[in-house]
Amino acid sequence: MRHDAPYTLAFCGAVCVVCAVLVSSAAVSLKEDQLRNAELDKQRNVLFAAGLAGPGEALDAEEVQRRFESVRQRVVDLASGEPTDVDPVGFDQAKAAKDPETSREAPPNRASVRRLPNHALVYEVFEDGEPVMAVLPIQGYGLWSTLYGFLAVRRDGNTIGGITYYQHGETPGLGGEVDNPNWKALWPGRKIYDDSGSPMIRVIKGQAGSASQAPHQVDGLTGATITSNGVTNMLALWLGDSGFRAYLENFREGQGS
Amino acid sequence: MNPASTKTLLDPLFESNPIALQVLGICSALAVTSKMETALVMCAAVISVLALSNLSISILRNLIPSNVRIIVQLTIIASLVIMTDQVLKAYIYEISKQLSVFVGLIITNCIIMGRAEAYAMQNGPLDSLLDGIGNGLGYSVVLMATAFLRELLAQGTVFGAVVLPKVHSGGWYNPNGLLGVSAGAFFIIGLFIWALRSWKTDQVEAEG
Repeated sequence: MRHDAPYTLAFCGAVCVVCAVLVSSAAVSLKEDQLRNAELDKQRNVLFAAGLAGPGEALDAEEVQRRFESVRQRVVDLASGEPTDVDPVGFDQAKAAKDPETSREAPPNRASVRRLPNHALVYEVFEDGEPVMAVLPIQGYGLWSTLYGFLAVRRDGNTIGGITYYQHGETPGLGGEVDNPNWKALWPGRKIYDDSGSPMIRVIKGQAGSASQAPHQVDGLTGATITSNGVTNMLALWLGDSGFRAYLENFREGQGS
Repeated sequence: MNPASTKTLLDPLFESNPIALQVLGICSALAVTSKMETALVMCAAVISVLALSNLSISILRNLIPSNVRIIVQLTIIASLVIMTDQVLKAYIYEISKQLSVFVGLIITNCIIMGRAEAYAMQNGPLDSLLDGIGNGLGYSVVLMATAFLRELLAQGTVFGAVVLPKVHSGGWYNPNGLLGVSAGAFFIIGLFIWALRSWKTDQVEAEG
């Protein structure tokens, strides 16, 4: 069918307006549910990292809430490792890391993190009134994307309790295998620091063996050397002096309770 | 329902299956079929986008200026896909995270543009709606069959329930790693096309 130019322009304009209204009203009206889901997903992953939920276990919102009763959220100062009185509810670490007021330039690192927040949100897991594990947020660059996840550390401040990633854009089947439960199961029991206290934990090429044979090494992901290195690099940053090291020392000494 | 409408709805299942006969929409058929759950959600998303895009394009077919029709179709399809993605993120976040970019990529699924251009631009709204649902179902038949075989043979499960216990979790089944990766789906879809064309020999393309 042939139409003249003004008609074509008007028609296209009308289609654009109608489509834009539909898309934006869907986005606005569903935003609250989506944000709640994202928050719930994060909490779920804290539970997975801490071993409070088995791999692949389906948890609804109420169950997450119930299991979170033994978890205390706390905003800590990264430099001193001391807890602060900042309210963890509504604390947005990603936002804090961007604002020059609440962040500092990261030391040169291979995880491609440019700024570190002064404060960070940690999750302390309690058992019989005693803290037994700390779940720390970690992030860093892999091959294509920044990986966001959690690392759980036991009370000795050195033994890993678990790892999980809740957001990344790595290649499915290769780097995306950071989500593989079998790979994640290799982490618990490994040690973070060597005798001198520097973070030694690394993902190596090939197989590392059991936690007692190779306490500081984890199997590499096949076909995903760069993602594997990304995991090593982000752990070196977040567990080092500019990351959670001071906090973990305090946590070990029991001042965290 | 009259016979012609039934034909419009059901023909795309086996007579003119969009994947098997027209070989469209292959990329998503490879990408999302490692698990039945994700494949099912993908099918539902494709059926709803395809039905609604066919319906709305058919309603507008006499108003769309022909020189800009492709871009108009694409605008409508893209809007529907974004809305579907938003709904999935709001109500089934876990699965939508696993489907990641593939819901967004429904925009580029050739079946949808193909049906809009080949069918909805020439036919009435009701027929176009049925054609959309039918082609969506045809896509789903192949996707679900592929996902069933891939999940069963690569992970030993059906919809996440263990059917063949795997060796490294104490069972006897040694999983097939090839079907776990996307390329494995090629074999299944190839076999499906072979089986279909042996059954309905008129679908075999002339050689030479």
